Amino acid sequence: MRLAGLEPLTIDDDALFVNVGERTNVTGSRRFAKLILAGDFAGAVEVARQQVASGAQIIDVNMDEAMLDSKAAMTRFLNLIASEPDIARVPVMIDSSKWEVIEAGLKCVQGKPVVNSISLKEGEAEFVRQARLVRRYGAAVIVMAFDERGQADTYERKVGICQRCYDILTRQVGFPPEDIVFDPNVFAIATGIEEHDNYAVDFINATRWIRAHLPHAKVSGGISNVSFSFRGNEPVREAIHTVFLYHAIRAGLTMGIVNAGQLGVYDEIPPELRERVEDVVLNRKRADGQSPTERLVSFAETYKAKGKEVVEDLGWREGSVEARLAHALVKGITTWIVEDTEEARRKFARPIQVIEGPLMAGMNVVGDLFGAGRMFLPQVVKSARVMKQAVGHLVPYIEEEKARSGDAGKPKGRIVMATVKGDVHDIGKNIVGVVLQCNNFDVVDLGVMVPAQKILDAARERNADIVGLSGLITPSLEEMAHVAREMQRLGMTQPLLIGGATTSRVHTAVKIAPHYAGVTVYVPDASRAVGVASNLLSDELAAGYVAEVAADYEKIRAQHAGKKGPVLIPLEAARANAFATDWAHAVPPVPTFIGRREFRNVDLQELAALIDWGPFFQTWELSGPYPAILDDAVVGEAARSVLAEGRAMLKRIVDGRWLTASGAVALLPAQAVGDDIVCYADTARTQEVLCWHNLRQQSERPQGKPNYCLADFVAPRDSGVVDYVGVFAVTAGLGIEKKLAEFEAGHDDYGAIMLKALADRLAEAFAEWLHRKVRRELWGYAADETLDPVALIREEYRGIRPAPGYPACPDHAVKAPLFDLLRARDLGMTLTENFAMLPAAAVSGFFLAHPEASYFAVGKIGDDQLADLAARSGRPVAALRRDLAPNL
Amino acid sequence: MRHGVPRRLDRRRDRGQQYARVRRHDRDENEHGDARARVLLKSKIAATPGRPLHPAPMQPDRTAELVALLSRRILVLDGAMGTMIQRHKLGEEDFRGGPAGCLHDHAHDLKGDNDLLVLTQPDVVREIHDRYLEAGADIIETNTFGATSIAQADYQLQDRAHAMNLAAARLARECADRWTAMTPGKPRFVAGALGPTNRTASISPDVNDPGARNVSFDELVATYTGAIEGLAEGGADILLVETVFDTLNAKAALFAIESHFDRVGRRLPVIVSGTITDASGRTLSGQTTEAFWNSVRHVRPLAVGLNCALGAALMRPYIEELARVADTFVSCYPNAGLPNPMAETGYDETPEQTARLIEDFARNGFVNIVGGCCGTTPAHIRAIAEAVAKIAPRALPATEPAAA
Repeated sequence: MRLAGLEPLTIDDDALFVNVGERTNVTGSRRFAKLILAGDFAGAVEVARQQVASGAQIIDVNMDEAMLDSKAAMTRFLNLIASEPDIARVPVMIDSSKWEVIEAGLKCVQGKPVVNSISLKEGEAEFVRQARLVRRYGAAVIVMAFDERGQADTYERKVGICQRCYDILTRQVGFPPEDIVFDPNVFAIATGIEEHDNYAVDFINATRWIRAHLPHAKVSGGISNVSFSFRGNEPVREAIHTVFLYHAIRAGLTMGIVNAGQLGVYDEIPPELRERVEDVVLNRKRADGQSPTERLVSFAETYKAKGKEVVEDLGWREGSVEARLAHALVKGITTWIVEDTEEARRKFARPIQVIEGPLMAGMNVVGDLFGAGRMFLPQVVKSARVMKQAVGHLVPYIEEEKARSGDAGKPKGRIVMATVKGDVHDIGKNIVGVVLQCNNFDVVDLGVMVPAQKILDAARERNADIVGLSGLITPSLEEMAHVAREMQRLGMTQPLLIGGATTSRVHTAVKIAPHYAGVTVYVPDASRAVGVASNLLSDELAAGYVAEVAADYEKIRAQHAGKKGPVLIPLEAARANAFATDWAHAVPPVPTFIGRREFRNVDLQELAALIDWGPFFQTWELSGPYPAILDDAVVGEAARSVLAEGRAMLKRIVDGRWLTASGAVALLPAQAVGDDIVCYADTARTQEVLCWHNLRQQSERPQGKPNYCLADFVAPRDSGVVDYVGVFAVTAGLGIEKKLAEFEAGHDDYGAIMLKALADRLAEAFAEWLHRKVRRELWGYAADETLDPVALIREEYRGIRPAPGYPACPDHAVKAPLFDLLRARDLGMTLTENFAMLPAAAVSGFFLAHPEASYFAVGKIGDDQLADLAARSGRPVAALRRDLAPNL
Repeated sequence: MRHGVPRRLDRRRDRGQQYARVRRHDRDENEHGDARARVLLKSKIAATPGRPLHPAPMQPDRTAELVALLSRRILVLDGAMGTMIQRHKLGEEDFRGGPAGCLHDHAHDLKGDNDLLVLTQPDVVREIHDRYLEAGADIIETNTFGATSIAQADYQLQDRAHAMNLAAARLARECADRWTAMTPGKPRFVAGALGPTNRTASISPDVNDPGARNVSFDELVATYTGAIEGLAEGGADILLVETVFDTLNAKAALFAIESHFDRVGRRLPVIVSGTITDASGRTLSGQTTEAFWNSVRHVRPLAVGLNCALGAALMRPYIEELARVADTFVSCYPNAGLPNPMAETGYDETPEQTARLIEDFARNGFVNIVGGCCGTTPAHIRAIAEAVAKIAPRALPATEPAAA
């Protein structure tokens, strides 16, 4: 039998047991039925995805529910899963007792499905008609042991009906016997009715007979039915299924409709349970005369309670409610937080006192430990999650009280925060927000890509005490200065906090603070945020602190003004000292194809293996090289813990398909024209598709060191050598919003931040993965490269992948034509007006294969190069000044 | 590396784009606007099944004759039709059949509707058939790639689809019979071509709704039924479901074929030819080569094969795969390499290059029927025919029986 989804599934006479996922069946899964009835098809599709992920080789789809338009639901669901390659790769089993529903399903699947089922129930003529159509639609078929008289319940009836159907199908209809699957009916055993005791044995024996007497025919069954009388006792049901399958497969059962995620291993069933189950399944009489069913039923009662338990020291649960809350906060345990908070609420006169009392006391311990360097950011954020859930429980009571009395305690101050316009990066900002909230600041988070006007409006309307700005990409620096100027223009006076990876104390002092008469403070990381905010809002300390910051920044400005930048040489001189290649003797490798290629839904498992964990710890403000950081005397424990939790979530991301990784690469003929790298659609190099304007190092270089420019690594036009470059964009952040919303709904900032950090890691790993694929296969110049992940992270390979916005090519603007060329939008990737990529977990750039290509920092450039770039790119000098500010 | 392969059929965002990428096989793509914008005249389509049944003056079933020939030698199929038509540089007036033509006043532009030429410029099509037959083709394809009512709706000619198929089959029949009469030792066959239409039953056209479809299985069955009746009546020896980029479309064609055979009580041999769209090794709708074969095997085709999208060099692994899994004859008619706008044919391989690649397939026992798709010319077919003339055809592997 040769079935197919997007991929083939060939089941020959010697094939191993094939498991058919049963969860996408409204009659068998209450959850699936609920989703379908509620019209939540997206949720229903997830059920199918889980089935395939947990090992179903075929998925059974059944929409037989009285309240449904079964035909429409079947069509809709099959069309939806056809668009999901993770699901559509396996064949479908179209399951209905109504022929019209089956036929509707057959019209939706491109592969070779299995029809479940047809039978002689409505007579031979109808059976033959349906069988002919099944064949014409190109499906295999399950034939139920059912005839005009009813369902076969004995061995003799089962084999009799199967024989009759086989003869009709093979002789009269010309149905291929390999495509016939018999279902000799699995019925419930251990029901207490004696006639039912032999049902499993009859099924097993009928299976054996069919495989022996009906050449090429297969056998299937709905396995869960057998244990129906033990509903609610999952361990015993699982054991019954396992034992039943063990014997049925040995008798020749080809496939079974099962809960693929819930099958045990025969040998691992505890012997006392297995023996009792086996007696029931095989209907074995006991020497002591005891009924096997009764024996199993009484054992099952005791078995039900036993579960697999992780032993945990729960001694702390014995303490007072205050102590328990403190413990939960410090350890980040959410398990009992709601019940403990509720207990505390009943104990205190006012709900706010729970926050001000035990919860704040607990958070103060956390704050002290954090301040003392004995707790680290990941732990603090977990504590914050506990705090948020506790507060979340109390809020309705506080609101109720407020409605009665008017007031409900006062936070330390209100901070309006945002990632500025054109930027999407917010992991750091979110961490700062959480830490501030833990310290009883009221945080108004405006999110990402927030225009200046909106930030300032919110600051006014919400009476903000402080405004905080965050951003990661370089154009955000200018946007922050813009916000500062606007605050000045509007006569605002609140302190302005600046943070984010590209920001710095020097930049804040020199480029932002001078625009605003109010105080502007650079906040290097989350751990400083509380101190800075507390100082600024303290009646006693504020004046002194502000003066201190002002003096410090004044000093920095003076130093900066006095400091001579590096000595720049004229652009012409720098070009004369370019990195040289003997192009007359160079033979650049030729890619295996020219043009674009997409990679959709790349296996996250594969990407996970290539993750560079180093930057992950930086996100969590744990400093030290990986893996040495894990054994670090100070942060080692925190690092190990956050890594373990990161890995655990990574597994959930991969298993649960939380994220989708897609990307594209284009391999194109290219040549250097001056400092530009020009890419073409054709080898004749007539159709220009992208011109990448590069910058050249202009500082005076030591003797023998060239003034690098990335264009040096591509053959120049006048060399006559045909060279190539790769262009790529990848993301691992597709679908992240849904999960983030779930975390946010559960007051779980820790989870949300962790997910974003992991998505970033996966995106970087994706770039690594793609670069390797390009080197080994697509460009193929290093076909036999075999580097392990560590060597990959150390970049021990030939070629580089510079990304716009990084030191070797600081100009972000090329991302726009790059995205167009790669049709990145089709993959769900877009750019903001300041060239930040969305989803944020994304990497884009170029692949250069020159054997001596290396990374470098362009550094400062002169006005001559700026003017030259303006002439080359047609962009105004003013715009370039803004975009390249850090290099000027 | 299960998920690592690039998939065209995936994620909701890409629907429209993918659809646009459904290539207008063998034609100048620019002559067509965006097919999505065109409104399908469903009422006309729905009317098709009601067509009066012609008591089919069908060709006799030549399956046995073909099987005998295929067991002895590799048969040669013809090359590109569109590439050859383009050389005639026909204008709007030519497509309309001149001032006296019945479509002179047709409301829609007709330039580029190559299938229409069997009605308006039969001599052009006849000459192309003759040149391929002269070059050594054993089987010629009718000029009906786009002659389905769904595809012809682009030109508001949906009600001419049946007439096009009938005329195209008659024209090819006449040519084949003339050459068979001249060289009785080399019988010539007509394959009635059934293209994929310009719509896909498995892929959503709507970026926001992956469950949406712009054509149904039933609509496809109706449109193919019209085409099949015309081809059979016009004298096709074989029905060729080709350039399958969405297997569900092909399954609708096969359903219509089987239903037609059932109605008239006779069969014709069927060939199914899929299209692997790029080096991911999948059809546009996402199936692997073997999954494609498993999905069409139920019609027990005379041959299964691959054509279009790739040149022979890139097609090699998939033809090898098909030759391994298919328990029937294998056909292969690749493009003349990759598109090259600078070349006269629009493709970059010379006849010698294509022939050398196909000769390699033959020597490795991958193929039973070979020919050319986009960019191939009579010179290519001549070179291919010479290259495979002395090479033994692929032997059928023994596998589990498809039927009792």
